[in-house]
Amino acid sequence: METQTLIYIFVGLSFALYIAIAVWSRAGSTTEFYVAGGGVNPVVNGMATAADWMSAASFISMAGLIAFLGYDGSVYLMGWTGGYVLLALLLAPYLRKFGEFTVPDFIGTRYYSKAARVVAVLCLIIISFTYIAGQMRGVGIVFSRFLDVPIFWGVVIGMGIVFIYAVLGGMKGITYTQVAQYCVLIFAYMVPAFFISFMLTGNPVPPLGLGSEVNDGSGMFVLEKLDLVLTDLGFAAYTDGSKSMIDVFCITLALMVGTAGLPHVIVRFFTVPKASDARRSAGWALLFIALLYVTAGPVGAFARLNFTQTVNETAYADAPEWFTNWEANDLIAWRDKNEDGVMQYRPGDAFEGAPVFALDATGPSGERLLENAPTDNANEVYVDRDIMVLANPEIAQLPGWVIALVAAGGLAAALSTAAGLLLVISSSVSHDLLKRTFRPDITEKGELRAARIAATAAILVAGYLGIYPPGWVAQVVAFAFGIAAATLFPAIVMGIFSKRMNREGAIAGMLGGLVFTLSYIWYFKLWDPSLNVEANWLFGISPEGIGVIGMVLNFTVALTVSAMTKGPPVEIGRLIENIRVPRGAQTPHTH
Amino acid sequence: MDEPEQADTKHHAAYWRANLKLLGVLLSIWFLASFGAGILFRPFLDQFSFGGYPLGFWFAQQGSIYVFLVLIAVYVIAMHRIERKFDLDDDD
Repeated sequence: METQTLIYIFVGLSFALYIAIAVWSRAGSTTEFYVAGGGVNPVVNGMATAADWMSAASFISMAGLIAFLGYDGSVYLMGWTGGYVLLALLLAPYLRKFGEFTVPDFIGTRYYSKAARVVAVLCLIIISFTYIAGQMRGVGIVFSRFLDVPIFWGVVIGMGIVFIYAVLGGMKGITYTQVAQYCVLIFAYMVPAFFISFMLTGNPVPPLGLGSEVNDGSGMFVLEKLDLVLTDLGFAAYTDGSKSMIDVFCITLALMVGTAGLPHVIVRFFTVPKASDARRSAGWALLFIALLYVTAGPVGAFARLNFTQTVNETAYADAPEWFTNWEANDLIAWRDKNEDGVMQYRPGDAFEGAPVFALDATGPSGERLLENAPTDNANEVYVDRDIMVLANPEIAQLPGWVIALVAAGGLAAALSTAAGLLLVISSSVSHDLLKRTFRPDITEKGELRAARIAATAAILVAGYLGIYPPGWVAQVVAFAFGIAAATLFPAIVMGIFSKRMNREGAIAGMLGGLVFTLSYIWYFKLWDPSLNVEANWLFGISPEGIGVIGMVLNFTVALTVSAMTKGPPVEIGRLIENIRVPRGAQTPHTH
Repeated sequence: MDEPEQADTKHHAAYWRANLKLLGVLLSIWFLASFGAGILFRPFLDQFSFGGYPLGFWFAQQGSIYVFLVLIAVYVIAMHRIERKFDLDDDD
């Protein structure tokens, strides 16, 4: 059967499955809509958390980033897994014992303040919207490359699917569709990884394959060979990074702490029956996530080796089919600077900026012509990092059904995360802003309706951002972590571990962390990107890692302010005592 | 404050201290495996080879993740034991 037909079948079947699950698990009450009734099995919740967590960025972009960053890519591997240790040890069991619906619920109650709740909602919305825009870009890429539909319709279809199961099913619908999506995405990720590892090294298990010898008779280990091939061409060695140690340290820490502070991840632990289940569930979640993460590093290394050896010094006329496929989608470009018809792949940008293709004009070898000004280095090849995972099956010449599977997996990853984000946005509006702050007399039915309307509105905004991505979207997506690290994480941790922390301290800390981190990112990424070089950075920390300083600032400001103001009332002391012991957790109910 | 309540408070405080001690140990290992072996001591560790990987590189891209998994498993078991000891668990 033709690959294109297979893709339609795989994607169509997976969508049908998600909708069927959504119809079967409709939410009837606010408890079901916000926390799936609070009775989700810890293993099931772990799997749903893994799908919720692993976004288009994890599935589509991460291995590609690692392929081109080498050792520096470790920040994502450690950063996006180590956060689960913090989550399990410092947050999840206590928040479950607290037993409410949302993250602002905890902050508003613990700090006995509507203002603290509203500040938490503000942080949550900033974090979640920057994050969701990236998911929509992932949906757009998969649709335009694999389904041959314009990005507009791709995003509209994706939004329609999410609408059905997020708006109808709420947390309950999302939980069970996420379990299905996890199975699709992990299978889709592992199958090509096993094939590629086996082809290159003879060992099908990627983490072992990367430690093996290349089976080309050279007797060299994969990493040795990769270092040699890359340094021969003038690239940095794969196992050696180019970022400074302090920057690697801070980015990793910001990603870890940010992971533990992401509302759509935290809220998943509100859905299990009791505090000890929240701990167990975090362990299961990390296990399901680790399957993909210990595979991503090897996939990146294999892809880099494959790509370099296939493309470099190959005549464009002999370029493999995938090369021209992705060139047709604007994500690969070749500019024949020395006019020899052969592609030279070297360090540096082949030309200035992102490729702008001349309409329908082709060069002497048949390549698409570019309007960009060439640079004066020897590199002739432009490749978008995002395509490595998607192109991998084609680069490794795997059968059509594997390509179809990867398309379905990429969509599962993007849709599951988008749904989780939409839910926390809508519940923070309907529950925290309406029910708990501005319209306390709203009925449960009214609150449920408001939650659905808010989810619909959030889907429309997210869809708009996916179809017409403003330039800043791609730039700021990664910063959701820094903002979460600098705002919500310290407020929650101090709320559990410090009895002295009060309303004034927490609010000042969150606002201080938010304003500092946002301004630093805005200054270097949006106001004047030309200033974004190491010499200008505070302590040599890039905007990606600055959330760590924001977090330190948050803690410092909060502790100072709380030391100078009145301590929290007696009943808050009792609340803290209560959440610290696991016994007696209750299913959240409507008040 | 009457007597039983005071005993209760003491009991809780001892439980909380045991918990914090466990957290301290586990988070130290968490830090050493990732930020230590994977970042700060990586240049030193890279001179050793581990199954075809430079050791520091292995910790950064593989080993730290395995350590994280073990840490959560140990925490789940050890915490349960502490709660049973202080009779504060949530077993049915």
